[in-house]
Amino acid sequence: MTQALPQGKLYESQKLALWYFWVALALFGAQVLFGLLAAWQYLDPNFLYGKLNFMTNRMLHINAMIVWLLLGFMGGVYWFLPMELGREVVGIRLARLAFFTLIAAVGIVVVVYLLVQYGPGNAPTLWFITEGREYIEAPRWADFGIVAVMAVFLYNVVATALKAQRITGVVAVLMFDLVALAGLYMAGMHYTPNISMDQYFWWWVVHLWVEATWEVLVGSIMAMALMHLLGTPRRIVETWLYLEVALVFGTGILGLGHHYFWIGTPEYWLGLGGFFSALEPIPLVAMVVHAVYDAGVHRMQTVNQPALFWAIAQAFGNFIGAGVWGFMQTLPQINLYSHGTQLAPAHGHLAFFGAYVTAILTVIYMALHQVRRPDLPRFDSKLWKWAFVLMVISIFGMSAAMTIAGFTQTMVERAIGGSTWQAYIEAQQHPWFQNGMVWRFVFGVFFLVSYLVLLWDLVTIGKGEVRVTKEVGAHD
Amino acid sequence: MEIGWIETTIGALFATVVLTLWLSRGSGWLEPRFWRNAAVVSSLIMTGILVYLTIDSLNQIREGSARVPAYTVINKTIWLKRDYEKRRDIPVIGEEVGFFGKTWSEAEAFALVNKGKMTLQSRNCMDCHTLLGNGAYFAPDLTRAWLDPKWETMVKGMTGKATKEEAIAEWLQHPDRYPTFARRMPNLGLSEEEAKALVAFLKWMSAIDTNGFPDRFAGVQ
Repeated sequence: MTQALPQGKLYESQKLALWYFWVALALFGAQVLFGLLAAWQYLDPNFLYGKLNFMTNRMLHINAMIVWLLLGFMGGVYWFLPMELGREVVGIRLARLAFFTLIAAVGIVVVVYLLVQYGPGNAPTLWFITEGREYIEAPRWADFGIVAVMAVFLYNVVATALKAQRITGVVAVLMFDLVALAGLYMAGMHYTPNISMDQYFWWWVVHLWVEATWEVLVGSIMAMALMHLLGTPRRIVETWLYLEVALVFGTGILGLGHHYFWIGTPEYWLGLGGFFSALEPIPLVAMVVHAVYDAGVHRMQTVNQPALFWAIAQAFGNFIGAGVWGFMQTLPQINLYSHGTQLAPAHGHLAFFGAYVTAILTVIYMALHQVRRPDLPRFDSKLWKWAFVLMVISIFGMSAAMTIAGFTQTMVERAIGGSTWQAYIEAQQHPWFQNGMVWRFVFGVFFLVSYLVLLWDLVTIGKGEVRVTKEVGAHD
Repeated sequence: MEIGWIETTIGALFATVVLTLWLSRGSGWLEPRFWRNAAVVSSLIMTGILVYLTIDSLNQIREGSARVPAYTVINKTIWLKRDYEKRRDIPVIGEEVGFFGKTWSEAEAFALVNKGKMTLQSRNCMDCHTLLGNGAYFAPDLTRAWLDPKWETMVKGMTGKATKEEAIAEWLQHPDRYPTFARRMPNLGLSEEEAKALVAFLKWMSAIDTNGFPDRFAGVQ
């Protein structure tokens, strides 16, 4: 079984995890802020035109997301690993150094993004300002920093397991996955004028991170979380994790083919990519089944209410956002028309939130329980419910608005209009599209409000007087 | 027999199931050991297939292949033709017409398209536009931008340039001066050299065989 320290005591690695969580939450705020600026530019294209262009806001919006989710995952691993292995993480000083290096690097990259924004068309621009490739815009020097930090992280996990002379199933999956995760990032670190080859390996990073290695990473973290949160036996958790790895890698690796339909790559990817990506929702259905079962067994009550609700939201969000919204456009016969429309961000918003944001929030609430009130049999507040409901409604609202806008583009611009510049303009001016952009912004504002409520709850929960309603046994 | 995607799919799934069952003989399907084997086997088989197909795909998308043209394609006329058997549009490369008033050698064409790609990345085009359908959605897709009718019907007149390539290069240097829509492209300070290189890149990209994306561009006949 997993081992926590006596009440009120934390492993050094867990103290470090808290740093990761708070910086991740701050960057979450930055993501929302730049997303709102970009969303407003759809409504008023002259807003900050020439000063802080859409491209810069959008780049900051998606890069802040990637960095904060990674920080959240790393925090989650640093939080659970010592309990999982029953000892302090090896190389904690190195881990601290890596943390501050990463934060400094992120700070420099952001300042350059904001103040320099772009440069002349030569190699130094790609090395020091931006690489200009969606999601991995970070300049090349920062890529090396990211790989170095991932290497330290991997070292922490492996060295701790060796020192503890204990490799649990969860830790084995975690190590295997982290090697793949760090290795895949390097596939994106090269330049070629050939755009087909460029995008071929660009997708190795983007798809094989988000739809394969991140899914497994978050699966390992949730596995450790569920053992603490619900007291689910290790045997069951690990069997589910193996099943998830088998299905996620079994479908997701060749599911990569759904990005190879139209980039110049051979025709066989239409069939392979369509088939395997159509199966990608299966592991996500499996997790929903398990979540419903768990929630029922525990009658929606546990030692940590917000963590339980975010964990259930994770199962459903992953299935609906990644599974349903992904399947909606993954077959090549549909994707031929929907590719490159607002359907993609509709899926992106719902999937990243459902699969990853929810998981990190689960872990953060569990950590706060142990940090602030380990004596409480039940960790709860009133405020988290407001944040939870408002956040779920606003992410669905944004995604629904973008889905309608995307269908409009699919029909007006792609199917009827012949995909030209003029057809693009006509779709953008269609009332369905324009209403979609208005509602996306409105729900974006709701999202900001829910973020602030969430943040306030995270700062205050467990502080001050807590009313104990009823005893719920811990299962540790 | 030619091995197509269906045979590959069936083979991969079959091999995964059989190998997992064989390795797990003696354990029930609800035991951790069974699913651990399934996880390892499916990861290895799918990765193996991906590596094999990557080698094949990279060969097929090398510049100068049937799917991705040589950079000297910038010297030639390019148009799209409907393939009525496959029901999709394919790019056709025609006779030599020159580009910016000259014929570019292999080395010159490479240098120009390469500069264009660097310019594309340095100006972060992909965080407003899509390229081969990938990127952001604030501005039009650029896959077939070179073939877009608007250059002839609108931009040539606005810029007062005689040829399409000159009109595009001028427009790219001053997009703020020539609005086409409420949303204007910002002036990203492109030099003349960078603008020409970017036009070359767009022209080269328009000749890539994209399996028919986007369908019936500008109403291809």
